[in-house]
Amino acid sequence: MRRILKYVILDIIKNKTIIAYTIMLALFSWGTFALEDNVSKSLLSLLNIILLIVPLMSVLFATIYVYNSSEFIELLVSQPVKRSKIWNALFTGLSISLIIAYLVGAGIPLLLFSDTGTALIMIAAGSLLSAIFVAVAFLSSIITRDKAKGIGISIMLWLYFSLLFDGLVLFLFFQFSDYPIEKIVVLLSALSPVDLFRILVLLQLDISDMMGYAGAVFEKFFGNQWGLLISFTLLALWIIIPFYLSLKKFKKKNL
Amino acid sequence: MRININLARKLVFIYCLVCFVHQHSLSTILYVGEKEQFSGIKKALAASNNGDTIIITKGIYKEGNIVIDKSVCLLGRDMPVLDGELKYEILSIKKDSVTIKGLRLQNSGRSAMNDPGAIKIYNASYILIENNYLHNNFFGIFLQYATHCIIKNNTLKASQKEEYQSGNGIHCWKSDSLQVIGNRIYGHRDGIYFEFVTHSVIWRNIAHFNLRYGLHFMFSHQNAYITNYFKSNGAGVAVMFTKKVIMINNTFEENWGDAAYGVLFKELSDCYLSGNRFYRNTTGIFFDGSNRITAERNLFKSNGWGMRIQANCMDNKISRNNFMGNIFDVTTNGTLTLNEFSENYWDKYEGYDLDKDKIGDVPFHPLSLFSVIVERNPPAMLLFRSFMVSLMDKSEKIVPSLTPETFVDNKPCMVPHDI
Repeated sequence: MRRILKYVILDIIKNKTIIAYTIMLALFSWGTFALEDNVSKSLLSLLNIILLIVPLMSVLFATIYVYNSSEFIELLVSQPVKRSKIWNALFTGLSISLIIAYLVGAGIPLLLFSDTGTALIMIAAGSLLSAIFVAVAFLSSIITRDKAKGIGISIMLWLYFSLLFDGLVLFLFFQFSDYPIEKIVVLLSALSPVDLFRILVLLQLDISDMMGYAGAVFEKFFGNQWGLLISFTLLALWIIIPFYLSLKKFKKKNL
Repeated sequence: MRININLARKLVFIYCLVCFVHQHSLSTILYVGEKEQFSGIKKALAASNNGDTIIITKGIYKEGNIVIDKSVCLLGRDMPVLDGELKYEILSIKKDSVTIKGLRLQNSGRSAMNDPGAIKIYNASYILIENNYLHNNFFGIFLQYATHCIIKNNTLKASQKEEYQSGNGIHCWKSDSLQVIGNRIYGHRDGIYFEFVTHSVIWRNIAHFNLRYGLHFMFSHQNAYITNYFKSNGAGVAVMFTKKVIMINNTFEENWGDAAYGVLFKELSDCYLSGNRFYRNTTGIFFDGSNRITAERNLFKSNGWGMRIQANCMDNKISRNNFMGNIFDVTTNGTLTLNEFSENYWDKYEGYDLDKDKIGDVPFHPLSLFSVIVERNPPAMLLFRSFMVSLMDKSEKIVPSLTPETFVDNKPCMVPHDI
């Protein structure tokens, strides 16, 4: 497995797209921190960019990569290697290289400019977010053999998590505004990794007081050590579940 | 005849002089202290007459409740300590023209029945309380039915943890023509509390880290608040049911919390606010049922909401203020807007100025769609900074549909006002 992993990582790191992605992230992060004198404001702008770009990049790149290396996978399968090992190595390699790109691009300026606690949370959550969307990409690329369709599914999933899900939450707020739904909505928001990441960072930035009751519920739920643990566990689950499903499918798939 | 008049004048003059000297010769100075003529303050008070001065020398005095029923001047030399042993009200002033200066008053009694204070004034006028240090008291300085009093340069500190265990720093009730100047109040329930207090001036006070409000007043008309500093009080500043208040050059800072406000205006009318600064509050100013308030040349910086104006407010003029770095500059909870915004500087303004008169050519709608949504549905704040919300805000800015059309600044300034 280690050999495959090494090969995958070396292959991706040489990839021009990943280098461009790293440079773009770095430009955005250094730019926002340099242009804005208020750290929390620039953190919020950076948050917006990261929430949009990191999932999109991870999901698209991973999907395309998996499709492009289908021949390589076929070749490996013909060797005496376990299928799960191949899939695992591919996933780990992709995740690691995307995380490295994120760390180099956004992590360094975050550590340099913002306070350590917030920076660490943003780095950890952003890395997890990269891995989550790689897992999502694996799932969507295993569902269909058609590359165009697979990329379409990936984009739809990305759109769902970054845009439609929030729309649904807002819709629920208005439909059930007469009922005490705060706790339910808080739980619901935890079902989207993008939202979970965003709210984790917002809680770090003291915005929770402005969220009224829901903010208090959230603060109580996620504001302490256990909450952090729970939210990171949830984020980890978002990696494990899609990946496990895709692995199950890959094992039985007729290539 | 002429000589007679001259003589009469001289006689009158001499008589006056004699009277003057006579009166002065009556007023004496009494010393209190271990090695002095009186060993206790109460003894000195009993021996004193109106107009006397009692000088208290260094030491700790535990004399229970001291009632001042003569017009005397109580001076402390080297900050003598008057201790209430957590049982007594320390000084009760029940006579006009009393001066209290340079004392350290500590550990007053605690009771919700009769609200003991370190210094309490009952129905008296022309009282001067100056340069005292009040530590760990229930109420600090308590005035009831007091007029023409000056409370100046006192430091009040308390360290209770809960609101119900704590009294207010400077508490005035049914009083008139007071001057509250240069006091520092820390850790009380309310820093300065006024109820039915009129024609007074509150100047250069600092109220910080109080448990509830820095400043809290009700039914207190025609007062002026100038150059005060309110920071990190439990719920900021709340003022209610009052007319004709002037607030100039005050600073409201770091009142952060779900129910904390820089200033909460409830049912205030005909007020004037100028040169005030609001930094890092959850809400800079909250207007509720407030009418005919002029707010000009104020600075709203880094607040959650710069200003929240409920729909039950009308005829307020918000002009020439700076709104910078707030999450939301302004919100309202209705569609009807009867308030006027003009010539404010908004850092979120994206218009242009072709004729270079420093007034933007495009009107500015300070109300963002998301702020309207949050106002109607506070938990929606959970979606703050999500991509969808930014998208909605942008589209609303281009084609306003849900935000009220009349909520507009027709003359937004291009550059910040010099405040």
